Amino acid sequence: MSLDLLSAFAEFGFMRRALAGCLALSLAGAPIGTFLLLRRMSLVGDALAHAILPGAALGYLAAGLSLGAMTLGGLIAGFVVALLAGLVARATSLREDASLAAFYLLSLALGVVIISTRGSNVDLLRVLFGSVLALDDPTLTLLAGVASLTLLVFALIYRPLALETADPGFLASVSRSGGPAHLVFMALLVLNLVAGFHALGTLLSVGLMILPAATARLWTRSVGAMMALAAALGFASSLAGLALSYAQGWPTGPAIILCAGVVYALSLAFGRAGGLAARA
Amino acid sequence: MLNRRALLAAPLLLAVPARASQSAAPMRVLASFSILADIVKKVGGERVAVEALVGPGADAHAFQPSPADAGKAAAARLVVVNGLGFDPWMERLAAAAGAKDRIVVAARDVPALKAADAHDGHAHASDLDPHAWQSAPNMRRYVGTIRAALEQADPQGDYAAGATTFLAELDALDADIRVAVAALPPNRRKVVTTHDAFGYFAAEYGLAFLAPKGVSNEAEPSARDLARIIRQIREEKIPAVFLENVVDPRLMQRIAAETGARIGGKLYSDSLSPPDGPAPTYLAMMRHNIRELTTALAP
Repeated sequence: MSLDLLSAFAEFGFMRRALAGCLALSLAGAPIGTFLLLRRMSLVGDALAHAILPGAALGYLAAGLSLGAMTLGGLIAGFVVALLAGLVARATSLREDASLAAFYLLSLALGVVIISTRGSNVDLLRVLFGSVLALDDPTLTLLAGVASLTLLVFALIYRPLALETADPGFLASVSRSGGPAHLVFMALLVLNLVAGFHALGTLLSVGLMILPAATARLWTRSVGAMMALAAALGFASSLAGLALSYAQGWPTGPAIILCAGVVYALSLAFGRAGGLAARA
Repeated sequence: MLNRRALLAAPLLLAVPARASQSAAPMRVLASFSILADIVKKVGGERVAVEALVGPGADAHAFQPSPADAGKAAAARLVVVNGLGFDPWMERLAAAAGAKDRIVVAARDVPALKAADAHDGHAHASDLDPHAWQSAPNMRRYVGTIRAALEQADPQGDYAAGATTFLAELDALDADIRVAVAALPPNRRKVVTTHDAFGYFAAEYGLAFLAPKGVSNEAEPSARDLARIIRQIREEKIPAVFLENVVDPRLMQRIAAETGARIGGKLYSDSLSPPDGPAPTYLAMMRHNIRELTTALAP
């Protein structure tokens, strides 16, 4: 089995590419997922992933199956929704989660309308969500570039972001960097979602952010260790999911997420930092 | 009492001349997708006004009718569906619109083939392969069925001329395809295409079509499916792979990159192209397909 699997990666370029894409996504998704979790924003990733749809659809309609146009469209839609949600939360009595929910639903509905105006081409949805098995050079470059940028920027905003997450009042009293750090964090989130969106599909890109981070939280309380563990778990789940997809014929994206889910379930039971066994 | 009856009957009398003048206007026909609409147009000519619910370039497998579509079905004198599980939504739609007795199943007289791999997950309602129009002899049967239905719905119309002309064109098409396939070396008569919609074409003309995704484009492919097809292309030295007009082309490019097979042009299987495209009619579609196939497979 293991030898068979090794030969699969040696024999097929698409397996190596899928693994490389998942590595990039796991590396960048780990810090983002960790902070989403710590800031109680785990569902924000999912909401924003849906908000990207009209932008990517418009990009596709304007320029066809072009990575650049779809990326740009998705980025604009994601930023607009994230910013509007933040503005509404500051200017009105609505909390940010409520305004985000409202804007992402509107955005999603708009995307479906845009898609359906192009005749009855429902199939466009399938084109917008890419497949992890079909990563070409430009998509891989995009994923690697976004991952590198994410890690670099995270190094810059790590201190204010961590402080703001732990004690926003204290940070506000000593520095004004909390707001900008949050904005940059949201921008990184949108960037990663857009890259993952048409490279791998929403399920896989959001799943590789949230599940490994939640799992890591059950084993450690240190933020740095959580991020490292989440990245390792994400990559291991990708490897296992690819192997399952290769050996059993399961669809690849869901197989990867299910593998991450199994580790998560085991950690719920046995995790040292807050798992069921540790609490009993 | 008598007066009242006469009054009630008056609109009926008025309706008679109205109906006579109406028969000069084209008869409204609704077809489930673009290829059927083209056949109806060929047979009916000026006498029918035909509309396709799933227009050129769109995917009939994933179609979801809107209330406006039900209105179109209610207004049509004849509703043409393919059958064989291709467009079950259309029969439901027509039944809901009260047009149940005006439905004609175009593939009624076609000897149906089993779907290539009916055990894998796919979206068709039966385990038959519905893409019967991909063979010219089958299309002759479509023409017979559609002509009979048109004549029944519009007894005053003359549909013999359109049908006869089209049948002659189909015979010429059939002969041309056979000549083109015969010119290929036997070991190069196989291709890979994303959507396994060419079962009837394969059976009729002796080309082999392999698909990485099963009979429909519904299920997400697994790494195993992709590995199998790549291994198969390498081992059997399949010369060409084809992108279909309705499915994610990135997967196909991946396969071509890993096998060195030639990437053929677009094949049209489930829908026609828009009028300015290479396959705006059924005949143009079939001629376009065989041209693309022979170009890619020529040694």
